[in-house]
Amino acid sequence: MSEVPVELKFLSSHEWVLVEENVATIGVSDHAQELLGDLVYVELPEQGSTIAAGDSVGVIESVKAASDIYAPVSGEVIEVNDELDGAPERINHDAYGDGWMYKVAMEDPEEVESLLDAEAYTEVIADEE
Amino acid sequence: MGNKTPLYQCHLDAGAKIVDFAGWDMPINYGSQISEHEAVRNDAGMFDVSHMTVVDVSGGDAKAYLQHLLANDVARLTLSGKALYSCMLNEQGGVIDDLITYYLRDNFYRVVINSATREKDLAWLDLQAQSYPDLKIKFRDDVAMLAAQGPNAREKATKLFAEYQQSPLQQLSRFQGVEFDDCFVARTGYTGEDGFEILMLSEQIADLWDRLVEAGVAPCGLGARDTLRLEAGMNLYGSDMDETTSPLVSGLGWTVAMSDERNFIGRQALEAEKAAGVQQSFVGLLLLDKGVLRNHLKVLTAQGEGEITSGSYSPTLQQSLLNFPLCARGNPC
Repeated sequence: MSEVPVELKFLSSHEWVLVEENVATIGVSDHAQELLGDLVYVELPEQGSTIAAGDSVGVIESVKAASDIYAPVSGEVIEVNDELDGAPERINHDAYGDGWMYKVAMEDPEEVESLLDAEAYTEVIADEE
Repeated sequence: MGNKTPLYQCHLDAGAKIVDFAGWDMPINYGSQISEHEAVRNDAGMFDVSHMTVVDVSGGDAKAYLQHLLANDVARLTLSGKALYSCMLNEQGGVIDDLITYYLRDNFYRVVINSATREKDLAWLDLQAQSYPDLKIKFRDDVAMLAAQGPNAREKATKLFAEYQQSPLQQLSRFQGVEFDDCFVARTGYTGEDGFEILMLSEQIADLWDRLVEAGVAPCGLGARDTLRLEAGMNLYGSDMDETTSPLVSGLGWTVAMSDERNFIGRQALEAEKAAGVQQSFVGLLLLDKGVLRNHLKVLTAQGEGEITSGSYSPTLQQSLLNFPLCARGNPC
């Protein structure tokens, strides 16, 4: 069973969000990396770009498959985890830590309310299995 | 619930992720298929290949039968234990399966065929056997097989055998096997690395697996097996060739022996294909940019277009790698 930290929010498409004041740190869940297997490429939104919740903002690709990644919240991308470029396996090893993908200065912190909490996300992945 | 090999419990114990493969519950990886791939390239890894089908062909007609059945010529096998890779064709020159034949002794051959094609292959073997009275075809469901592969695999595996077996194993040349009372060991594989394929009675193989793990041979799944074979330029049945493609357009022309008059199934079709000019060539490509190319994508080139038959990521090159047949647009290749 994959890990689902209680302090995080989620999308049913397996992105996670850590909210600290108005900054959201975003990644993909442990369950997602498990499904995809060894990751080989990660394409992230550009720093300084503006994204809207629900947009497809990048791609993660494993040996097995490619998958779009979606923005859970709207705002400006203020930081991107460049380490993933040469070492996408960080997501496999530590999806909620070293494997974080990008940070967004949120336009509307209330958007977070519509995201899934850990319990609801656990149900989503249980339904998949 | 699929079929399980005698190593199924070993896979679970090693933390395997199990998937369905042609009706078999097989390990796709044990955590990371890239680390497994690297273990085989740099050290030693092993695969459970017990789902493959082993058939012993014996009798006074065995050689003549196989010479008719296979596109490569088993007459090339004169040394006991020697292996030959071949396609088995239908009358239209399409590939029913690719397989390895070992010549064990006069009137006795061992054939290893794919698992996904088991039923149709066995039916074809029986059908073609009808005109050969002195022939016995025995499906060996009592044996299991593992492949220990990598630059250090032979050394690590050899130490686990009885003392009298070690010297013949050390002296084994490539594509050559040796038969002992309790097992058959061949210096063959599907990874592009040196190594052994070891066949033994099903009830004995888990013990060997465990001892190989202790000797530092890493369990590897079907995921790594696929990227290893693709890097090595080896074909995968069902992806790179099937009953609708001839060996000549699948990069397997080198396995077809047509220099003498031997009459084998599919020969007429291949001769006609050659006379008309082979319409496609089969090439390997490397993607220079980021991304992974997948099976069935179209590739456009100045010489015509083609479709990717096997595409994946190459852990060794850290680039995407693929096989695809390229249409020559009527020009013989």
